[in-house]
Amino acid sequence: MTEKYNMPDERGHFGPYGGMFVAETLIPPIQELNAAYQQYLQDPEFIAELDADLQHYVGRPSPLYHAERWSRELGGAQIYLKREDLNHTGAHKINNTIGQALLAKRMGKTRIIAETGAGQHGVATATVAARLGLECVVYMGAVDVARQSLNVYRMKLLGAKVVAVESGSKTLKDALNEALRDWVTNVDNTFYIIGTVAGPHPYPAMVRDFQTIIGREAKQQCLAQVGRLPDALVACVGGGSNAIGLFYPFIDDHSVKIIGVEAAGDGVETGRHSAPLCAGRPGVLHGNRTYLMEDDDGEIIETHSISAGLDYPGVGPEHAWLKDTGRAEYVNITDTEAMAGFHALTRMEGIIPALESSHAMAYTMKLAPTMSKDEIIIVCLSGRGDKDMQTIAQREGIEL
Amino acid sequence: MSRLAATFEALAESGRKALIPFITAGDPKPDFTLPMMHAMVEAGVDVIELGIPFSDPMADGPVIQRASERALEHKMSLRRTLTIVSEFRRTNQHTPVVLMGYVNPIEAMGYEDFANAAQRADIDGVLTVDLPPEEAEECSILLKARGIDPIFLLAPNSSDERIKKMDTVGSGYLYYVSLKGVTGAGHLDVVDVENKLNQIRGNTGLPVAIGFGVKDAQTAKTVAGLGDGVVVGSALISKIEANLDDQERAKQDIIELLTSMRQAMDSV
Repeated sequence: MTEKYNMPDERGHFGPYGGMFVAETLIPPIQELNAAYQQYLQDPEFIAELDADLQHYVGRPSPLYHAERWSRELGGAQIYLKREDLNHTGAHKINNTIGQALLAKRMGKTRIIAETGAGQHGVATATVAARLGLECVVYMGAVDVARQSLNVYRMKLLGAKVVAVESGSKTLKDALNEALRDWVTNVDNTFYIIGTVAGPHPYPAMVRDFQTIIGREAKQQCLAQVGRLPDALVACVGGGSNAIGLFYPFIDDHSVKIIGVEAAGDGVETGRHSAPLCAGRPGVLHGNRTYLMEDDDGEIIETHSISAGLDYPGVGPEHAWLKDTGRAEYVNITDTEAMAGFHALTRMEGIIPALESSHAMAYTMKLAPTMSKDEIIIVCLSGRGDKDMQTIAQREGIEL
Repeated sequence: MSRLAATFEALAESGRKALIPFITAGDPKPDFTLPMMHAMVEAGVDVIELGIPFSDPMADGPVIQRASERALEHKMSLRRTLTIVSEFRRTNQHTPVVLMGYVNPIEAMGYEDFANAAQRADIDGVLTVDLPPEEAEECSILLKARGIDPIFLLAPNSSDERIKKMDTVGSGYLYYVSLKGVTGAGHLDVVDVENKLNQIRGNTGLPVAIGFGVKDAQTAKTVAGLGDGVVVGSALISKIEANLDDQERAKQDIIELLTSMRQAMDSV
């Protein structure tokens, strides 16, 4: 029997990955955040409040749904979908924003900031800020503001100020840069809610811990419904928060195969993709060491994916570690394959998935037929596809 | 003794403060930087901080961000930045040069290769903005072994414990970031800076250079009264940005500003 998985170390390292690569000005607020997080993690009152919110506000537990028709059609393993798309606001993002916002409140912070790519994390943050009566500013790349106008409007309705970021490539990474700049400037009253398992320690561990509700529920549900553990887990990986949320509670269950699906955009071989684990190399960005998309000089390069939520040049440091140790496998799915996954789930099960989640669906279509009918795959359906109608219609030449 | 330590010691003996300009290598074009460095030395600067362009300069404000973007458009890189310093050293062996930037280009080159290349280029110090002492050990050891000073930042919210740590891991000088925020932001509160400097002095004997918020001769003079050195960056880069069509004019404006700062600082 191998040793129990226990990462990161106390300084936030997952082997060579993770850490705290930030300017000195951010060290005191990060230490303050870490201390508060460690304290409330052990506080039964905090945990009870979080659990109650997850149940009554988010609508948890989310179902584990046996996609029988789709499984039969594919002719292999039984596919179970973890329905994070049924959460309030339509994705897994709120599991984390609820947790961090409650932490902000306990720490006496009155102002919330966030970065967002597709806008799902921005909406989930604006939602909890509205509920707690906190001021909220969301940074979003100007390119994403244009292609996700519906979510921009949702955030504004919820009372958030949306700042279009015009620097760099004007996408998620630049929104993160700008949010870090805001935090450095307003550290006294501001809490930065990072949306994925990236950023400096303790964010990768903290966001993971808030998202592990996905995997803890899935494990219990699978045992209750099928009477045993699944054989494989599949989830899409941009920053990787829904994936780590599903994977983490199964890391010590060595019979369970773990597979993360990155966005291959036009194809990894074209260079126009967002698959740092499959085709990047280790470096330092946004406060942690991880696999990155960069050129030979260490400059971060532009990423491509049909899904704005996967369009990021880095990935959570724990995924980098799981890749290097071989505990998880990382594969990639192109835009075209993701579209096929999108249509398959929509037509076979009457569930319209987000484009991010469609990458996981597309890989499941490859994987399931290679497995036997009594084997089980749990796929994380991380979000619903309503936000992507414009993008999909446009790609298929349809005017709405 | 390192060139930086010797420079600060000589300044202290003559009762003067270091004037430290920051420009980004390759901004607005690669051929601008070398003559600008020589001209700044003629204008009386004591140390030059040379920025390594990076695609994601998280701790910098819009002015220095755009300087990085302009330099990267012309394919400026860490390697080419080191080449500029080698060329500078052909005719100047006395002015300390500090590279300032983010860690990823250094990681891409490899810490050891970078330390060797920095030594060959005769670099005096390296300030890596996103490499706090917790993560800096490996790189600092390689630099120190080659006589290069690792420069660390101090912030308005740095504790006594933190300052003592910088005193141990850093050498050459400490760079006090006088404002919470990014480069090029806001206004300096003199009383705040003075109080903080007293706290810093109580915990380290290293020279302290003060940056962030130094805009003109007046602020340079004020800051010179508080620390051992004055760092000016965004105010210089603004001159480049205002004269993108006329590099000669940009150079003259920078020299004019540095000359006025030098005079104001020496009249303290």
